[in-house]
Parts: sequence; structure tokens; C-alpha cells
Amino acid sequence: MISIFQNYGGELLQGFGQTLLCSVIALFFSLIIGSMFAIFETTPIKFLRVIARIYIEVFRNIPLLVITMFFFVVIPMFVVKIGGFTAGTIGLTIYTSAFIAETVRAGIQSVDPGQMEGARANGLSFWQAMRYIVLPQAFRYVIPPLGNQFINLVKNSSVLAFVAGFDLMYQGNVIASDSLSTMSTYMCVGVLYLVITMPLSYWMRHLEKKLAS
Amino acid sequence: MKKVFRLVGIVLSSLVVLVMLTACGSKPLSAQNVVTRAKQSNTITWGVKADTKLFGLMDVKDDTIKGFDVDIAKAITKQILGPKGKAKFVQVTSQTRMPLLKNGNIDAIIATMTITPEREKQVDFSKSYFDAGQSLLVKDGSPIKNIKDLNKTGTVVLGVVGSNSVQNVALHAPKAKVLQLTDYAQAMTALKSGQGAALTTDNGILYGMAVENPGYQVVGGTFTKEPYGIAINKGQSEFKGDVNKGLRAIEKSGEYNRILKKWFGNVKGFNYKEMERH
Repeated sequence: MISIFQNYGGELLQGFGQTLLCSVIALFFSLIIGSMFAIFETTPIKFLRVIARIYIEVFRNIPLLVITMFFFVVIPMFVVKIGGFTAGTIGLTIYTSAFIAETVRAGIQSVDPGQMEGARANGLSFWQAMRYIVLPQAFRYVIPPLGNQFINLVKNSSVLAFVAGFDLMYQGNVIASDSLSTMSTYMCVGVLYLVITMPLSYWMRHLEKKLAS
Repeated sequence: MKKVFRLVGIVLSSLVVLVMLTACGSKPLSAQNVVTRAKQSNTITWGVKADTKLFGLMDVKDDTIKGFDVDIAKAITKQILGPKGKAKFVQVTSQTRMPLLKNGNIDAIIATMTITPEREKQVDFSKSYFDAGQSLLVKDGSPIKNIKDLNKTGTVVLGVVGSNSVQNVALHAPKAKVLQLTDYAQAMTALKSGQGAALTTDNGILYGMAVENPGYQVVGGTFTKEPYGIAINKGQSEFKGDVNKGLRAIEKSGEYNRILKKWFGNVKGFNYKEMERH
């Protein structure tokens, strides 16, 4: 294992960086898109509810690899040329955002409806009530399941390996076939994934405790 | 601080478990004598490609793998086990073939595998059964005519993980960027969708792709020598000897040339007569 780190340190570091970059981008955008669709799902406007329902049901129920391959193969053929990293990150964002939408929606619905009614009665518009009253409470409820989604996102980023996104898993495959020591290479890769996910999971736990009190 | 220690503890203990898992296990399957086992079960298990036209391609109609490698493997099996000997085929990719051989899932690899000094440290090879060379597949009318045209910054070349052809590109066209995909079918899809300017691997495989995908052609001749060998685990010298003997026998009997003609006789631009063995 040590020798893998010595001989292929550069590749592993590059892969680590790409995985981290992809995860951060996908996490940021999927949180925004996911929250947006969660709000759509809880609005009184039927049109938005239908849009959100379709988006979530479609992307939640298609394998991540299929979405990613679509962006890697079909989009460059007909629309615009995008590389493996971009295709993978877009796929990951869309896929995760569908799950985050469902999670946040559950959070919003678990906030006592009286909160919304009270806010509206006091003259806030729907969006204001959402923004200042409901969402802050909703996010507190959904921190634990959201943490799960974030950790899944980091692990799912290994899908980049299939579209040559130069991520950790891709480099792992390359190193394993180059060094021919499969076992220790994938152990190194596993450890590097732990380096990303462990702090994330501990930070989430910390946040959960802080917000609960 | 306590938390940090606990975290480190968890990581370390999981590593220890992993190491123990790999260390135990008395006698691995791959260390048993293949010839003895093959004679008992009257079967030799070969790892073959299933995504490579001409060498090993899954025929979805009857669910069997067909190709040059497969036929050679069948012929050698008959030489070793007699006419009733059975050849069993397990599909492998460039990436999975080594691990599968090492853990004993397959007895030998006959999957367009080039004999290289690096690989010879890990496994034993029979003598070469096919002399390929690396070449390029491009779209008809592409400005790329040979490997030198690829040596520009910004050019993307497609290859497959675990094949040595990607390392050869680094040698012959160091400025090109190489994307390594998981298998040839996917590399071909990537070429079609314009993710790279050319697809590189051994000419035999590329001719197979050109046959299947009109509008694409093999260019530039070969720029490396890639002798294909049958890979066998270290310490199986009896099996290796038998495989070499079997190969020699089918070369002498003309069966090798028949198989060569069957698969490469109609391939445009490929002179199979040069490859015949006597």
C-alpha cells in the first residue's frame, strides 16, 4: 500500500482533487436545485407541483450511470461538446438533487402547518413565510438525512470513472492495471474516500447536535 | 481530542480486518495444479473478451462468445484433454482479467493480451499466438493520418483501461491526452460522440470495429509490435508446457490457419496471409 502511494502519489492526489471538486460542485448545486423543487412541491400552485413531481420521479428512478452516460454520449453528439468530468458532475447533480428534493420536502411538511398559517396571517407572502419561517425549521429536521445524501454523493462520484472524469476511482482503475497490484490500489482508493466522507459525517453529526439544542 | 482518537481507531481497525481477510485462506485456487484439475473435470476455463469483434464477441442470439481467441482456445483444449475435452469461457475485460486469473476463477487468459516484460513479472505467458501491432481508428476524412498527427497539445486519444496501448501513446505522442474508458464498446461510443480524435489499440481489434462501424477506418499502419500470448499463473509450468505443445500442434496441422482465415479472411485492409503459420 505504501508503495502505491510512493509510486502513484501524483495520480492519486489528482484523482482525490477531482473527486473533491466534483463533490463540492455537485453538492452545492444539488442542494439549491433540490431545495427549489422541494418548495415547488409544497406550493399551492398546481403547475409547479406537477413539474417538481415529474422531475423527481424521473431522475430518482433512473440509475445514475444512465443519466451520466446520456450527458457523456448523447449531449456531445447533438448539442454541445462536454467532457467526462462535466458530464459526470451534471449527472451527479441532477441525480442527487432529486433525492435532496424529497428529503427537504419531508422536512417542510414536518413543520407544523400552523407556522405557515401564522406567518401568512401576519401578512407575510408565501415566499417570505417559506424563506423566514418554514425553511429554517425544516432544515433543522433534515440535517441527518441530508448528511446521508451528501455522503452518498461523494461515493456516487465514482461514476466519473466510467466517463473518464479523472476522479479517484478512475485513477484507481488506471493504477491497478498499471501496477497489477489490484488489492492494495483499491485499498488506497478506499482510504482516500474515507478521508473525504469521515469528516463530512462527523461534521454532520456535530451540526445535528448543535442545532438540536 | 477523544473523538479524533476514536476516528483514527475506527479507520485502523477496519484496515486490520481487511489485511487479515487477504492474508488468511489456506491454499488458493490459483495455486492448485491446473492440469490435474482440468483432467478431473474434463474442462479448462478460459478468460476471453466478449466485447471485441473478431477476437471474442458475445453473440446475443445464442448467448455464446465467438471469435478467434475462442476458437484457438477450443482447439488447444482439444489438444490437451482429447477430443471430448470441454472449454468453458468466462468473459473478461482488460481490467478484470489479471485479478480473475490470480484468484483462480479462470485457468488461463486468451483475451488479446500482449506479452510485456511488466506483465511477465506477474504471470507466465505461452509463446505468441497472434502478432498484432498498435494502430489508430478514426472517422472517415479525419485529418489524422498517423500517430505523429496526434502529437499536439489538446488532442484527445481514446483507449481502454488496462491495455498497454495507452502507455505506448505516451511514448509516441507525449503531447496528446489519453482518456481511458472501461471497455472497447464504450471507447467506440466515446469516439462516435466526439470525445476524442482517435481510438487506439491493437490493429486486430480496430479492424473488427471498422467492420462493425461503417464510416470509420484504420489508419497509419502499426507503430508497435504486440505479440498476443496466453497468460497462465506462475508455478503452472506443466499447464504452460501443455498449452505451448497444443498451440504448436494446431499450427502444424493447419487448424491455426483455418481459424485465422475464418475470422480475418474477409477483413478489408488486413492481409491474413502474412500471419499464417506452418
